[in-house]
Order: sequence, then C-alpha cells, then structure tokens
Amino acid sequence: MVNKMAKMTLIQAINNALHLEMEKDEKVVVMGEDVGHEGGVFRATVGLQEKFGKERVIDTPLAESGIIGTAIGMAVSGLKPVPEIQFSGFLYYCFNQLVSHAARIRMRTRGRYSVPMVVRSPYGAGIRALEHHSESTEALFVHMAGLKVVIPSGPYNAKGLLLSAIRDPDPVMFLEPMRLYRSVKEDVPEEDYAIPLGQAKVEREGSDLALISWGSMMKETREAADEAKEKDVSVEVIDLQTLWPFDEKTVIKSIEKTGRAIVVHESPRTCSIGSELAARAMDHNFLNLKAPVTRVTGFDIPVPLARYEDFNMPDVFRIMKAIDKVMSF
Amino acid sequence: MPRKKIYEGSVEYLQILDEKGNVDKELEPQLSNEDLDKMYRFMITTRTFDRKVLSLQRQGRAFTYAPVEGKEASQTGTAYALKKTDRVFPSYRDHGVYLTRGLSLKQMFLMWMGTEEGGRMPEDSGDFPFAIPIASQIPHAVGAAWAAKIQKQDKVCAVYFGDGATSEGDFHEGINFAGVNKAPVVLVCQNNKYAISVPRALQTAAETIAQKALAYGFEGIQVDGNDVLAVYSAMKSAVEKARKGEGPTLIECLTYRFGPHTTSDDPSKYRSKEEEEEWRKKDPVVRFQLYLRSKGIWNEEYEKKVNEEAKQKVEKALEEAESSIKIDPTDIFKYVYAEMPEPLREEMEYLKRIGEEKKEAHGEQNG
Repeated sequence: MVNKMAKMTLIQAINNALHLEMEKDEKVVVMGEDVGHEGGVFRATVGLQEKFGKERVIDTPLAESGIIGTAIGMAVSGLKPVPEIQFSGFLYYCFNQLVSHAARIRMRTRGRYSVPMVVRSPYGAGIRALEHHSESTEALFVHMAGLKVVIPSGPYNAKGLLLSAIRDPDPVMFLEPMRLYRSVKEDVPEEDYAIPLGQAKVEREGSDLALISWGSMMKETREAADEAKEKDVSVEVIDLQTLWPFDEKTVIKSIEKTGRAIVVHESPRTCSIGSELAARAMDHNFLNLKAPVTRVTGFDIPVPLARYEDFNMPDVFRIMKAIDKVMSF
Repeated sequence: MPRKKIYEGSVEYLQILDEKGNVDKELEPQLSNEDLDKMYRFMITTRTFDRKVLSLQRQGRAFTYAPVEGKEASQTGTAYALKKTDRVFPSYRDHGVYLTRGLSLKQMFLMWMGTEEGGRMPEDSGDFPFAIPIASQIPHAVGAAWAAKIQKQDKVCAVYFGDGATSEGDFHEGINFAGVNKAPVVLVCQNNKYAISVPRALQTAAETIAQKALAYGFEGIQVDGNDVLAVYSAMKSAVEKARKGEGPTLIECLTYRFGPHTTSDDPSKYRSKEEEEEWRKKDPVVRFQLYLRSKGIWNEEYEKKVNEEAKQKVEKALEEAESSIKIDPTDIFKYVYAEMPEPLREEMEYLKRIGEEKKEAHGEQNG
C-alpha cells in the first residue's frame, strides 16, 4: 500500500493529527482560549468544533490555570484532554497546576490516578511578536519531574510526535515552534503514524562533529551543517525531538564516534538542556572527547522585544564560529 | 429554625448622555467648557494615534498592535477624573488612558515599535507600562494602592482590564485583597463583549461583571462606556470614595472595539456585520460631539481644527520617535539587574565580538 501524502505546514500537520485522533478516540477533548469557534489564533484547531461539537472542542473562559486545572480533573476521570495555551508567556499562569499536580498525581496516588494530558503551546521567538509571546521554556518543564517535554521541528515529526503524545499515559508538554508554523511545507502522510517519544533522530550522519538541536533551531543547525560541509567538516545532525526523557544513548553514541559536540538552543544558556547534554558527555565520553562540548544558545536574559530578538537567537554565523572553535582543538 | 435571606445586593446602571444627545440634567457632571474641550481633544488624539499606528503596522513600521477605536469615552472619561499624582496600571489597549494621563505621543509610539525604550515611563509619572499577561496588573494596582495607604500618601490607583480578565485568578485574588484592605483603588473593566473571539457569555454566567464586586464586599456599577459623561461621573465618585479611605469600586464600562483584537485578528469570524454597525451608531466621539454642540463648543470648524491639530501632533511625535530609535544590541543586557553580574557581562562581550566579526566577514565578502 502506498501512503497518500499531502504537502502540509507544521500548523496543518498539528490540525491533521488532532482530527485523526479525535475521530479515533472519543476520549480526546480539545480545550482553550479561542480554540473552538475561531479554530485557534494560529488555526491549529480549525474545523474541530464543527466536526466534533462543543462538548469536545471547548472555548474556555480566559484563565490558563483554570484550563490546566480542569484538564487535570478531566484526565483523572477518563478523558484525554489536549489543552492549548495560546502563547508561550501565558504558560507561567499554569505552573502551580503543572508542578504540584499534573507532574505528581501518579506518584502521589502510587499509580491509582494518572494525567494523560497534552498541553500544546507555541514557543520561541522570531516572528516579531509582542512581549511575553516569544518564550522558550523547555528547560523549566524538564525540571518539573513527572512531565514529558516534546518539541517538533517540522510538519512531519509534528504530526507523528503529537499522536504519540496524546496516546502517552503521562502528561506531555508539547511545545510548537511558532516561527516554523507556516514557513515550511513537507510531505506528510495523511494517515495515522506515530513517532515514539524519547527517541532522537539522526538526520545526517557525519564523522567530525555532532550538532544537536531541536525545534525551530533545527533550521539554523541544518544550514550550518551544509556550510560546514563546504569546509570539509563532516557534521552529524541530531534532532533531539523529546527533551525529556531524552535519548541519551543516541547522543552519547554520536559523540563517541565524532569526539566533538555542539548543542544549539534558543532558550537561556544556564541550567539548560545544553548544559545537561554537556554534563552527560563528560560522564560518558570523557576519554574520547577531542574538544570541549560547546553550547550556542540564547542569553541569560528576559526574552528581548521584537527589534532585538535576533541578537538573542543563535544564527548560522554563531554556530559556524563554534564549529571553527571545536575543530581547532 | 431559620432559613432566611441573609444577603441581597444590587447593581446600578448609569447613562447620562444617550445616543441622540439627550442629557439627564440631574446627573450631568459639572465640567467646565475648558474641561470638555480637553476631554474631546484627548479622545480625538487617541483616535488619530490609533489610526496612525494601524497604518504604520501595515507598512511594517510598527509591530503587532491592539487598536482602541470605539473605547475613547471609557478611557478618557475615567483617566480624566484622576489627579496627576494618582497612578494607573493599564492593559495593552489603553492608549486613551495614557494620552489623557499626559504620556507623550512619542513614548506611545516607541511602546509599539518593539524598542526596549518603549517601557521607560517618565520620571514625573507613577504610571505603569502596560501589561500583556491578562489581569496580571490587577494585584499590582491593589498593592500599589495598599502601599499608598500604609505610607499615608494621597494616591488613588486605577487599573484597566477587559471582560476576559475577570476570569483569571489574578482578578479574583487582586480584588479580594482590595476589598479586605479597603485599598484606594478603582477597578475599571472595559467590557467590549469579546475576549478575542470568545463572547462574554462564555466568560461568566453572571448577568453583569459589576456584580462580582458585591461578593468581595464592595460596590460595583455598570455604566454606558460610550457615554463619556457617565464614565467620568462614575469614576469621579469612585476616586473620591477611594481618596476618603472608603475602599475600592468596580466600574464595568459597556463598550465595543470597532476594530480587531490585534492586527493579527479577523473579527468577521466571530462578530456579525449588523452588530458592528449597531455599535458604530453608538460611537462615543459622535455622541460627545452632540453634547459639545449643545454647549456651544462644537461646530464644523472646531471639528476641523481639533482634528488638524491632533494630526500634526501625531505626525511630529512619530517623526521624533522614529528618529530617536537607535538599536544597540547590548541594550538587552542592561537593566536585567541593578549591577550586571559577571556571567552576563561575558555574554554581552561575546555578543559585541560576534557583531564585529560579522561586520568583518561581511566586508570580506564584499571586498
């Protein structure tokens, strides 16, 4: 059987995944601000309310803590809520419900209750949005033990990862790269397929250097790998996909092979996933490292306003500088 | 065995100037012609500024913008009842509040041009930069009012938010603190019927937003938010009450945004044309004109002059704002802390170095 493919943007792939899963599993409910009648401010939930009704596609009051709190209540009662938090800066309203409840209900009840919920939200800068709309919060959620954290980097893996996230028995933070919502189209199978959580993807094999990233920064990472190739540096490109629990094996194996690693992310440098990967490389690869594991990241500052956001975000130039540096050891 | 009614509350609705220009003489506030002229000019300047930023946004000279047209009476009417030494805590659509408070048009342009300098409030003002996270400014205003009370300062705080904000925890927590502490604060809700696309009926099952105040132990009033006289009167009583130490008031202004939520929104998806036209007929500016005409202030010539002056001021301020913008990358590190920590200084130095190296590399390519 040949898979039927369609050209989709990332937002269309998300929409397609939600349509498929709501059709397949009547326990799935979508909820949030403007997700019903309007179909979401980014159009991720368009058409869902017409098809599945107001009981399953819910325009909630404007209250993020309330959205997550009631979603937890639904999740411990047999439903599979997929709440949307409209913009990344509004996730902060939800922290108490996420840390104190979503993340630990399974543990508190020794497995009696669990929270099969997927919190969808855009993340990251790059579209000149207003203040509080461009945050990169993945490390904060990784610190909330009990949550899983997933970030797709394109239409294809967005769909497969979201379907896995909804089917996962634990709460998943599904952060969508806002900058890539409409900028790329890929061939996406129209039918159901799942990309397992907890697995990184080696996008390109290489022998000199492992370049590790996720989400919207995969764009710059791939471009830097192309540029490095012209300089005869063979780069292995890894899309981490799941930030927690992450695929340590794939990363370690790649560093074992290349002896060099650079992690690229938009979120702040300190106490980041990049910091963690560097520490793990020290644990496992100490004797075969040829250069220090390097991070190319956002700075340790509040996300800057529109005209300054490019200064904070890693770009190909900065990644190339890091490549030159690690290759010079 | 008692089973009896133990609480009964009521909420008043206030309108002084109706759509046809009829005035309730008993309720009419005593405003001088000079005050009326000033208020009208604030409203016209707000509308002129608003239309200008919208056109700039379309040209890519401003970023995402939240237009205010339709709410001029709710904003100027409330802000005009405050003293300069009072404080306001606005939301992102309160351009008319800032203008009436005397914030410069130049600063207001900067606020919407994505510059870090946009939030630098003038030294002689205690007003706050607008809050984007919904309702999050409400506890701040209550805290600031509480601080004024503790420090025995004559300061009333006013906080602005929309109908959607009344669903947030911060609204309930904030106004509860206000009630318990009798804080000198006025809570101004501009109920424009929609939180982006979500109609008011999906925010609360309560008949009015004003009545929420009763549950927190203070007074709430609903006013015709497109009637600048009603808005001003309600605000004036609330401010006087707060100043006397008699606690907070919640004012619900029934109003409408003529335009979209922001420049990224298409309201035709969730509002009917008929409804929009219905509200156009309630235009707060047009209604105020009828009143000013009856007072002998307004005529065609006056209208032309006020608009022309507003336009000139707006154009001049825009020029000043745009020419003042100097983007220094290191600005993103300044003001994070009182003293820049060493790790931040290193990051700043790295960014500077990268900037120089980019320039060099660019030069090489050209050369």
